[in-house]
Amino acid sequence: MHAEAVVRKPLVTGGKTVHDVTDDICKRVEEKPAKSWLLAMAISLGLLTFGAYAVFRLVWDGIGSWGLNKTVGWAWDITNFVWWVGIGHAGTLISAILLLFRQRWRMSINRAAEAMTIFAVICALQFPLLHMGRPWIGALWALPLPNTYGSLWVNFNSPLLWDVFAISTYFSVSLVFWYIGLIPDFATIRDRATGLRQKIYGTLSFGWDGAAKTWSRYETVALVLAGLATPLVLSVHTIVSFDFATSVIPGWHTTIFPPYFVAGAIFSGFAMVLTLLLVTRKVYKLEDYITMEHMELMNIIIMVTGSIVGVAYITELFIAWYSGVEGEQYAFLNRVSGPYAWAYWSMMTCNVISPQLFWFKKIRTNIAATFVISIIVNIGMWFERFVIIVTSLHRDFLPSSWAMFYPTWVDMGVYIFTFGLFFTLFFLFAKFFPVINMAEVKSIVKATGEKTDK
Amino acid sequence: MSDEKYIFSAGAKKNIFIVLAVGIVLAVLGVILMNSGGHHDAHGTDHVVEAAASHGDHAVAAHDEHGAEAAGEHHGGYHWTHRLKANLWINNLFFTGLAIIGVFFICIQYVAQAGWSVGVKRIPMAMASWLPIAGVLMAVVWLLSNHELFHWTHASLYDVNSPDFDAIINDKKGYLNFGFYMGRMVLFFGVWYVLFLQIRKHMLAEDIEGGVNRWKKLVGLSAVFIVFFGYSSSIAAWDWVMSIDPHWFSTMFGWYVFASWWVSGLAFIAFVAILLKDKGYLSVVNANHLHDLGKFVWGFSIFWTYIWFSQFLLIYYANIPEETIYFVERLKSDFYSKIFFMNLVVNFVLPFLLLMTRQSKRHARILKVVCPIVLVGHWFDFYLMITPGVLKENGDFGFLEVGMMMIYASAFVYVVLHSLAKYPLVAKNHPMYNETLHHHI
Repeated sequence: MHAEAVVRKPLVTGGKTVHDVTDDICKRVEEKPAKSWLLAMAISLGLLTFGAYAVFRLVWDGIGSWGLNKTVGWAWDITNFVWWVGIGHAGTLISAILLLFRQRWRMSINRAAEAMTIFAVICALQFPLLHMGRPWIGALWALPLPNTYGSLWVNFNSPLLWDVFAISTYFSVSLVFWYIGLIPDFATIRDRATGLRQKIYGTLSFGWDGAAKTWSRYETVALVLAGLATPLVLSVHTIVSFDFATSVIPGWHTTIFPPYFVAGAIFSGFAMVLTLLLVTRKVYKLEDYITMEHMELMNIIIMVTGSIVGVAYITELFIAWYSGVEGEQYAFLNRVSGPYAWAYWSMMTCNVISPQLFWFKKIRTNIAATFVISIIVNIGMWFERFVIIVTSLHRDFLPSSWAMFYPTWVDMGVYIFTFGLFFTLFFLFAKFFPVINMAEVKSIVKATGEKTDK
Repeated sequence: MSDEKYIFSAGAKKNIFIVLAVGIVLAVLGVILMNSGGHHDAHGTDHVVEAAASHGDHAVAAHDEHGAEAAGEHHGGYHWTHRLKANLWINNLFFTGLAIIGVFFICIQYVAQAGWSVGVKRIPMAMASWLPIAGVLMAVVWLLSNHELFHWTHASLYDVNSPDFDAIINDKKGYLNFGFYMGRMVLFFGVWYVLFLQIRKHMLAEDIEGGVNRWKKLVGLSAVFIVFFGYSSSIAAWDWVMSIDPHWFSTMFGWYVFASWWVSGLAFIAFVAILLKDKGYLSVVNANHLHDLGKFVWGFSIFWTYIWFSQFLLIYYANIPEETIYFVERLKSDFYSKIFFMNLVVNFVLPFLLLMTRQSKRHARILKVVCPIVLVGHWFDFYLMITPGVLKENGDFGFLEVGMMMIYASAFVYVVLHSLAKYPLVAKNHPMYNETLHHHI
């Protein structure tokens, strides 16, 4: 028997029945694409096309078409990479860690969040791939394949190589996790469909039969994957942080980086989930499934992770002073008051101050405010990576090589390319895949659904 | 059943007093042995030579104000009381950790709206009753032994004309100075305790009044505590542990100490819950709740290892001398390196393997083995954080360490059980009481 405390709020409102869940979600897959969807898709494809041209120029002309220089050898490329990887944390966190913590509110948001995760990781992968200059032989540089282009093997001591392993593992597990969750829902769509659609969704659902044994296997696999995914969620951004922290560059080499990067990743991931879901729930009228309670809980997670990131910023700043190491002290002084101070203070305002607004219940239950803050947070998290990367590099150990970084249109174009890619994939997902995990939501409709006289 | 109360029996008290007596005897024996020469002195000499050779000026506490008198007695200003003081500090910190994690655990349960843990929450509440004693002990030991424990407290380091002048430490005096340090210590213990008293007041009032008002208040109070603790736990770790090696720094250190405290606290809660169940108490707690506690101990043992590894790897990989010195002192020492590796085995390998399966987390018998392992293991973690910094190569582990640990443990357990007996053992009016009764995983 399961008991529900009076203080808990319902997770599904409007007195929905199990059948309503099927109808409300499947309807979106079955109906003809709405005008608004076509318009959104057109814009995304436009961005993608423009971005693809920038990518073409980049590959054709070479990395020199980016604004990098001798001093700042890493800038927007790696900033965008870390930014997208960070965003790609929320989905698996929601589905794996929240599953282990038995947070049932994850059920109506995990599908979209996982999709977002996978698309974000795909976008992130573009940057290291393109930065290779000749991506077609990239496999030899990134994978442990012996070759005669240079050294026989890849550099196993390099955290960049660890990244290859960490992210590809994370991507595979996330993809499998997401897809397995989709199977029963594809079967639901198949069972309601006829003709070609039935064939397509029938294939996608791998012949799901809904037998008790099948369900039991499904649950076992979900738990095993959750167990595997949990350390992966932590490991990915930990290793991304190693890219910087194993070096001896002041501002990069600091031991707090691993957990602080993970917290930051969750922070930005949840913000992106909120941005997307606020739109999706409005357009698809899913307010009864993605309720104010969901918004509030996600806002609280943003507030908590934002505060953790804040503690880490202050720790870094304090220890830089406390260390007595001149290089460290200068690196942080330069951050807060140097030529990139505007970026530092944008980061501080967006990441540390703006989420504190969620202490007010009025703000964290306000949709417009949530939407705005979720975007502010993602801007802030972009600046965080930019600040870490560029301000630490641009003032070299040799003052004669001090430089600034100015992005070219190709830098921006490639970034826009990933936006186009991301939104194209997400809109395709939102139209052709069930955006809410029907099977899981049905399991809680009775226990935590709002009771009405309907 | 719901008005269940723990009775602190004469038998239990007797056992605690026996442990206390044995602890005192061992500690005294340890002191006598140290002063009777022989093995320990020889041991000490070896280490000092080695230390002086390998770390140069960093190792020998030659800046000691009392240098003249101390040097006459022992090598490098080392005296047996230093070891006693180091022991006091280790135990102070470890048991302060258990007490404050009591409050932190409760607060996390409220803000996360956890229902499963309702039945065990009175245990962390009792743990926190050690806080005022911990605070007084910290302040007293600090006042009496700051010169022996904290190199930076010596005035000569800040005197430009002194040969001991240390420019790096001098630059830190805005933060590391007697008044500010003491102020932070008083502030932290004061706020922790005041917030805890408020939290306990509402928890107990709920037993009588029922309803959800107290619960709502507790959620708010818990958030306040967590915010304060988020900052104070890190700062406390810098003050009380990191500043023992005043040249050394690591941004991770605050979270490292927290991770060690947190997993020890969880192990203590689980251990007490099992022992109470053995005595026939806590009938609301069953294998499902133990499973959850076991998962916590297991998961946060891994978390501690994660933090440990991240800190170690980054310092090892970058290989910057002012950072690696911390690990050099611990790894390149015949004595500490044993404890260094033992620390990893006991705090990671053992809990990781022993609590891996579902069944092991649900069986009191296995938890009863793992929880003490984790507790002793993290005591050694603190030993390793503090001893090399304070005693350099003069550190040792013997009767004194075991005795002092037993004295503190018996005092702590006495206070906890005494407080446990004072209040109802189960929060019968907790809004989630029903959930915990029907908790099934």
